[in-house]
Amino acid sequence: MSAANRRPVSRSGGERSLDTSHGTVLYLEGLSVSFDGFKAINDLSLYINDGELRCVIGPNGAGKTTLMDIVTGKTRPDEGEAWFGQTLDLLRLDEAAIANAGIGRKFQQPTVFTELTVAENLELAMAGNRNVLSVLRAKLSGEQRDLIASTLERIGLVALRDMNASTLSHGQKQWLEIGMLLMQQPRLLLVDEPATGMTHQEMAQTGELLCSLAGDHSVVVVEHDMDFVRSLDSPVTVLHQGSVLAEGSLDAIQSDPLVRSVYLGE
Amino acid sequence: MNRYLSAVLADRMGVVLLTVLLVSAVWVPIASLVLPASHPLHMGSYSVALWGKYLCFGLLALSLDMVWGKLGILSLGHGVFFGLGGYVMGMYLMRQVGDRGVYGDPILPDFMVFLNWDELPWYWFGFDHAWIAFPLILIVPGLLAYVFGALAFRSRVTGVYLSIITQAMTYAVMLAFFRNELGFGGNNGLTGFFDILGYDLREDVTRAALFSATALSLAGCYVLCRCLFATRLGLLCTAVRDAESRVRFLGYRTDRVKLSVFVLSAAIAGLAGALYVPQVGIINPGEFSPLNSIEIVIWVALGGRGTLWGAVVGAVVVNVAKTQFTGWLPEGWLFMLGGLFVLTTLYLPRGLAMLVPKRVSGS
Repeated sequence: MSAANRRPVSRSGGERSLDTSHGTVLYLEGLSVSFDGFKAINDLSLYINDGELRCVIGPNGAGKTTLMDIVTGKTRPDEGEAWFGQTLDLLRLDEAAIANAGIGRKFQQPTVFTELTVAENLELAMAGNRNVLSVLRAKLSGEQRDLIASTLERIGLVALRDMNASTLSHGQKQWLEIGMLLMQQPRLLLVDEPATGMTHQEMAQTGELLCSLAGDHSVVVVEHDMDFVRSLDSPVTVLHQGSVLAEGSLDAIQSDPLVRSVYLGE
Repeated sequence: MNRYLSAVLADRMGVVLLTVLLVSAVWVPIASLVLPASHPLHMGSYSVALWGKYLCFGLLALSLDMVWGKLGILSLGHGVFFGLGGYVMGMYLMRQVGDRGVYGDPILPDFMVFLNWDELPWYWFGFDHAWIAFPLILIVPGLLAYVFGALAFRSRVTGVYLSIITQAMTYAVMLAFFRNELGFGGNNGLTGFFDILGYDLREDVTRAALFSATALSLAGCYVLCRCLFATRLGLLCTAVRDAESRVRFLGYRTDRVKLSVFVLSAAIAGLAGALYVPQVGIINPGEFSPLNSIEIVIWVALGGRGTLWGAVVGAVVVNVAKTQFTGWLPEGWLFMLGGLFVLTTLYLPRGLAMLVPKRVSGS
């Protein structure tokens, strides 16, 4: 529980405080959800430690994206509990409230605002007061401009800052969405397939970025690409048919006979 | 202030539009009042009122483009806000009639005397004062938009379902206003007005002043919209239009964003209605007809939605064409309008605004 000691209650510069006194940032317990009789999530329990980087893998239809939908308020489970820190019941909050509480999400299909420029996308994502009047009066301060500039540098889109996001390639959109996630300054990042559409070099950069975020943030990465998962060198959770099949290091997972039977049919 | 000014100036077609409006606000009174009737540029009071009416429609189209073009809410019932603004103005004008009505009752409008009513219904009180009636021009449509929008947007009704219930709303209001018991003159509506703020509505001076007021209102609302969409809220509107659910995951309450712009749009539509009524001299429940609301959508689509100026141009062009065409062949107009709509959709999907190169429009 060293992570808990390092980051006791509130995150740096944040007005929101989150009670992670037990070292766990996300509690999911006994979650079940079914769509038209199909059990997408089946009695799933998962705990993410504060400051941890965790990979979630699993075959198609294992419930990875549904899991993220539940945590971010898009889908309500039929049963179970979901807590953010000790005190925030995620099942009582809507998407906006969950985002404001400090959970950011990158979607599998990168979703950026195509009619806005790259910099404007980042500006909208920037942490700050979200009510209509504040947004109406909002003006970028020098500090905020610097933050946008440094984020652009971090995601390698400096030259494209005034281009419409619709002109970006798939990989660049991925980067932009990661940049938006950074601007939100969330406590917990849910990152769905970040490496899709990226070159090997870009993948390595993404991996480095995600690793550097862990510690200050908790990061949950859903990924298919095993090379990428290996490069993250983090604990792995395997989902299968809506529940947790195995947890551990990637090597341990790969030698697990149960996992091998699911993945390889052995 | 600077960023607002630059947003207004960067929209070059908007600057052209604003210039035309400001020039006509000065020129039309001169052409109507100063130039002698024999002068080729003289404008008769009929054409002054006619152009005033076109500009009211331009303002109405602007209000629709705010929510449709900029926010993706296709309202098929925007005529309801226009009509309500018009009725508020109509009630004020009715109370100005005083004892000059056919029945000579000092308080009751003619239609109430005809229905054998003894006293003014409570909701007519205060409408003889401009300082009470005029703010209600914005408040009444705004309030309806608030109640409707709060329910619809919070329930996340979007797309074609939202369009259908806006249509149902204006239809319901139309049916209600057709009833005599409601106290707004039934199917005859409100008419027989004499004066506004003490000025005779039939005088050329009043007509010219109403025209200028309309042109200036349109210019003012245009600048207001431009500035609004130049703020971060404007960026947010674009984001909501293109990917509403994504915006929620950034922590914004999209229903409140939509609600606030929708209410502002309704208030502007109400203002358009209130300027329309004294210039045409009547308001009746026909204004709430769903057909009218659909026509507004056609103006905006023809002009080019999302550009703001395109909506205004579309409204004026279609209505000038309507006046001309119904003169030649009254039954043919709807076919003409339908044909125009089909042709635009096929060949100018972004409306007349497409004909202006980006280099010129600056957008």
